[in-house]
This record gives sequence, structure tokens and C-alpha cells, in this order.
Amino acid sequence: MNNIFVYCELDEGKIADVSFELLTKGRSLANQLNCKLEALLLGHNLKGFEKELFPYGVDVLYLADDKRLSPYSTLPHTSVMVNLFKEEKPQIALMGATTIGRDLGPRVSSALKSGLTADCTELEIGDHEDKKINKVYKNLLYQIRPAFGGNIIATIVNPDCRPQMATVREGVMKKEIFDPQHKGIIVTMDVNKYVDDTAFVVKVIERHIEKSKLDIKNSPVIVSGGFGVGSAENFKLLFNLATMLGGEVGASRAAIDAGYVEHERQIGQTGVTVRPKLYIACGISGQIQHLAGMQESSIIISINSDPNAPINKIANYVIIGKVETVIPKMIRYYKENTK
Amino acid sequence: MKEFQIIVLVKQVPDTRNVGKDAMKADGTVNRAVLPAIFNPEDLHALELALRIKDKFPGSSITLLTMGPVRAAEILREGFYRGADDGILLTDRAFAGSDTLATSYALACAIRKIKNYDIIICGRQAIDGDTAQVGPQVAEKLGIPQITYAEEIISLTNDKIQVKRRLERGIEIVEGPLPILITVNNSAPHCRPRHAKRLMKYKHATTLSMRQQSEEDYLSATLTNTYLTIKEWSVNDIECDPKQLGIGGSPTKVKKVDNIVFQSKESRRLEDFDDDINVLMKELITSHIIG
Repeated sequence: MNNIFVYCELDEGKIADVSFELLTKGRSLANQLNCKLEALLLGHNLKGFEKELFPYGVDVLYLADDKRLSPYSTLPHTSVMVNLFKEEKPQIALMGATTIGRDLGPRVSSALKSGLTADCTELEIGDHEDKKINKVYKNLLYQIRPAFGGNIIATIVNPDCRPQMATVREGVMKKEIFDPQHKGIIVTMDVNKYVDDTAFVVKVIERHIEKSKLDIKNSPVIVSGGFGVGSAENFKLLFNLATMLGGEVGASRAAIDAGYVEHERQIGQTGVTVRPKLYIACGISGQIQHLAGMQESSIIISINSDPNAPINKIANYVIIGKVETVIPKMIRYYKENTK
Repeated sequence: MKEFQIIVLVKQVPDTRNVGKDAMKADGTVNRAVLPAIFNPEDLHALELALRIKDKFPGSSITLLTMGPVRAAEILREGFYRGADDGILLTDRAFAGSDTLATSYALACAIRKIKNYDIIICGRQAIDGDTAQVGPQVAEKLGIPQITYAEEIISLTNDKIQVKRRLERGIEIVEGPLPILITVNNSAPHCRPRHAKRLMKYKHATTLSMRQQSEEDYLSATLTNTYLTIKEWSVNDIECDPKQLGIGGSPTKVKKVDNIVFQSKESRRLEDFDDDINVLMKELITSHIIG
């Protein structure tokens, strides 16, 4: 009762990074609240996963092991979670802001009539005073997230309903082993008690999952382009520079919306969060939603024809000029100086 | 041939994609007034999927449902131009301040009043909140299955639908029974443009309260052409528990809103001259940042 639950997501047979990140955060929140951290894993052939999960500080691991729970589908997973939550009454429930978490979370919150905050970038514990009814709520979960297209940051609380639910994007929080020796207990769930046969009405007919070719998150160098790059054609320059530097190409939402490059490259609050050694921002004005996804980069270079572009404020180097002029010169002088 | 009753959930949103300097007030909050109100982009993709069903099954009908202020009827009219048959504006002070849960409750109550539906389609998320919650929350309240992140309808029969979904790193084709709710990803086809004849037909379509506000002679127009009056439902038109509506029915509360402050760095300014770039690249190489 009154513990913190993390829904652990399986991504092609492996526990998703975001789940470990949430367990890391969940552990520290549990320590603060002096409660247990509990994890929930649904799928098939789940034996052995406890070895990966316990070191993150999991006290209780619920396993729902059933062939029909893999691959993920909405209604059965919702049903297991809702029924377990009705029994266990967690105070906080966290899940990844992935295609699975964003499909499952709202469904669960709607069934439990509980509040859910999507895409949190920070989770903290704090008090909340409702002045209208003159009541102070102790130890609520502050669900902090960008709002309004990422132009402001809002702190959301859930004073009366439980669980307080939140989703968090992959890469936003740190993944850290709590104690390699930590051991929790395993609760094997009787799946038929939690899911009715009628829940299995949506069937997966086909699945094609590509091995991720793109790994922007772990790339040491990122050359990123915004609307100011001007065209898909000009983005080729960014690819040339990135390839030469052993990096990857990223983009702002504006560049993605304009169709210059594919979605997977989006950096920012609604895309990937990155912390490379070097971030080269080309023609990116620097909307807050973008900055929040890259501000922790070690060195930031901004190439922009507008000397007052907001991104320049957080850049170590600002090159005033056109992307088409500057990048070929960078390529040329990189080659000359590494000969 | 089968005819399908389709409801498309749509939202009018401030265009948060291009918030310029003028849209930020000195205190760091957003000045909504200067942002244009637009048809939520992914809801247009949703309308297109509905129209494609109607292309194939011509007797089908498309009803748009939106919740918002009176002004939100603009997007219903926009939907008529593109081929929607009917539109309902759910508008009432009682809905103000709704979070996603209270919104989905109100929409679900309105859908129950519409009663006959086979497929509900909506955009995955709205650009002013990016939560992607309302679709699945509505489906749960109605007790029907959902398919999120849809990109294409592969097949549709009397009682079954097959949908292609876009996942992070691939696709999935799923099959579900009707009635069902589908949320549409932004990788789905763009909505077709306005139809010239429909534009002429519907350009004067408004709600009754809009006409009253503009002090037009609304009686004559509505008496002759009832299709020009967009249906307007208030809280009294739907069966609902008022405690679950609006700010009171919203479990999430905004505790505070902050301007985002970034740590400014002392940046070095360079020009696009050869010398400047040469020096920069040398520095990056010697400090082992690259190379």
C-alpha cells in the first residue's frame, strides 16, 4: 500500500532503458517518502529479468507471465495494471512516455479516475497548499513538464486522486544502479485473475521492428539543423560534417515539421534529449522546447545569421553567418588541420 | 454496401509551433492573444482518414465533435469545407479549466448522446498540450478498444478494422472489432484541401450564439437553411455528472508556471571568415573535442 510503482516496458525482449531510468528516479523518491519501490513486468518468459531489475532498488517485482501478454496490447495490459492498482493502491505510478506508455497510461488513469501528467522532465516531492479550502497536502509528487509547445514549464500536482501518475521520456532521467546486491521479492501474478478473456479483442497481425540504425542519444558529436537550414538539400551539408566528425545529424521540431529530415532525428522535449561532447546548432533559433533537449551538451556551437537568436545565449561559440557558407569552411579547415 | 458512422474529435489550438518573441510577455508567460487559433494539425490527419473511409463507403457519415469556446466552431466550418457532414460544438462555462480526464469525460458523454457510431477518430495529440491522453481516455470511458499511432486503415469490414500503426522503430498492423477509437499519427496522409463547392455552401455556417454575438439578422438565414446552424451543446444537453466536469472534475492542478531560464554562457563571437573558422577548428581539435 502507498508505494511507488514503475511499469517496466519490454522492447523486443529487453527491458527498455526508460524503465531503468524510472526505477532510478523511483528509488530516490521512495527513499524520500520512506516507502517501497515496486515494479510491474508483463510479458512472456519473464524468468531472469529480476536479476536486471533488483539492482535498481526494486523491493517488490510483480510478474504477469502469459503468452497472450506479448507483444503489448492495450486492453490486457490496462486490465492487469488497473486491477493490481485497485488492490495495492500505490501513491505514485510511473511509466515511459513511449508508444506503449502513452497508449497505456491514459487508459489506466481514465479507468481509475486519476490524474496523469505526460512527458515530465522532472519529478520532485513537495507540499502543496490549496488556499481556497485552506488545506495543506504533504509530500505530493511535483510533476514538472514543459507546456504550451515547450514555451513555459508547469508544475502539476494531483492532490486528491491516487495514484499520482506520470510519464517520462527516454533519456530525460539518469539510469544508475542503486546497489548491485539489492534483493527484492517476486510476486508471480495469476494472470487470469487480472484479465478477462474478452480483453484480447485487438490482435497484432504483423510487426516489423527495425534494429535502430540511429543512435543520436549516444553520439559524441551532433550536428543539428533547424528551419533556418532552408531545405532538405542543405541538410546534406550537415550530414557531410557529421560523418566527418563521427557524429549524427539531429533536428529541431521546425525542421522536422518542414519535412527536411525524418522524425527520429528530433531533439527537444518532444524528441530525444541529448548530452553530447559537441553540439553544432545550424540555423536553429532556439525555442525553449529545443534548448531543453540539448542544453547539457559540453560544447555548443551556434551557426546563425541572426546575432540575436536565443540559442546564442547558451552557446560557447557563436558563428554569425549562413549555414551554407560556414559548414563547407568547417569541413575544409577540419581536413587541413587533421592532415 | 455497409455505411459507417464516424465521429472525428477535433480541437482548436493556439499555434504554439511558431511562438515568436512577440508572443512572450515580459514576465515570461505566453500571450495567447497574439497566437493564431488553428485546427490541431493531427486532427486534420484524422479527418483525412475518415474521408478516405467515406470515399470507399459513400453512404458513411462524418460528424465532427469539438469542445471549446464558441469561437471553436470555426474549425467545424473548416471541416465542412473539406467534407465532414455534421459538426457539434460542446461549449459551456462548466467545461472551463478541464484537464485531460475531465475533457475526455465530457466528450464521452457527448458521444453517448450521438449514440450511433462505428469508428471514432482523433489526432494523436494536440500541439498546445502534447499529452496524447484524451483519445485513450475517451475510449476507456466508452468501454471500447483503441488503436493509437495509426497511419493507415488497411481494411474495413462490417465488424472489423485493420490499421497500420507507427511505432518508435517500425510498424505494426493490428485488427480490432467495431466500435473502436483510433488516434492518428502525424505520419498519416495530410488532409485534402477545401472543396470549392462546399466552401460556398458552408461559408456562412455558424452557431446560434455566434450569430447573436455578431448581431446579424440570424433568423432569416437559419429559417431557410438549417444546415448553416452548427449544433451547439451545453452541459444541459448531455447526460453527465457535473462533479466530473471542468476544473472541479480535474484531478491534476497546475501548482505553478515558470518561465524557463537557461544558464547563459560567455560565448565567443565569430564571423564566417576563413580565419575565424580555421582558428575554431584548430581549437576543437587540440582540445580533443573532435578529431
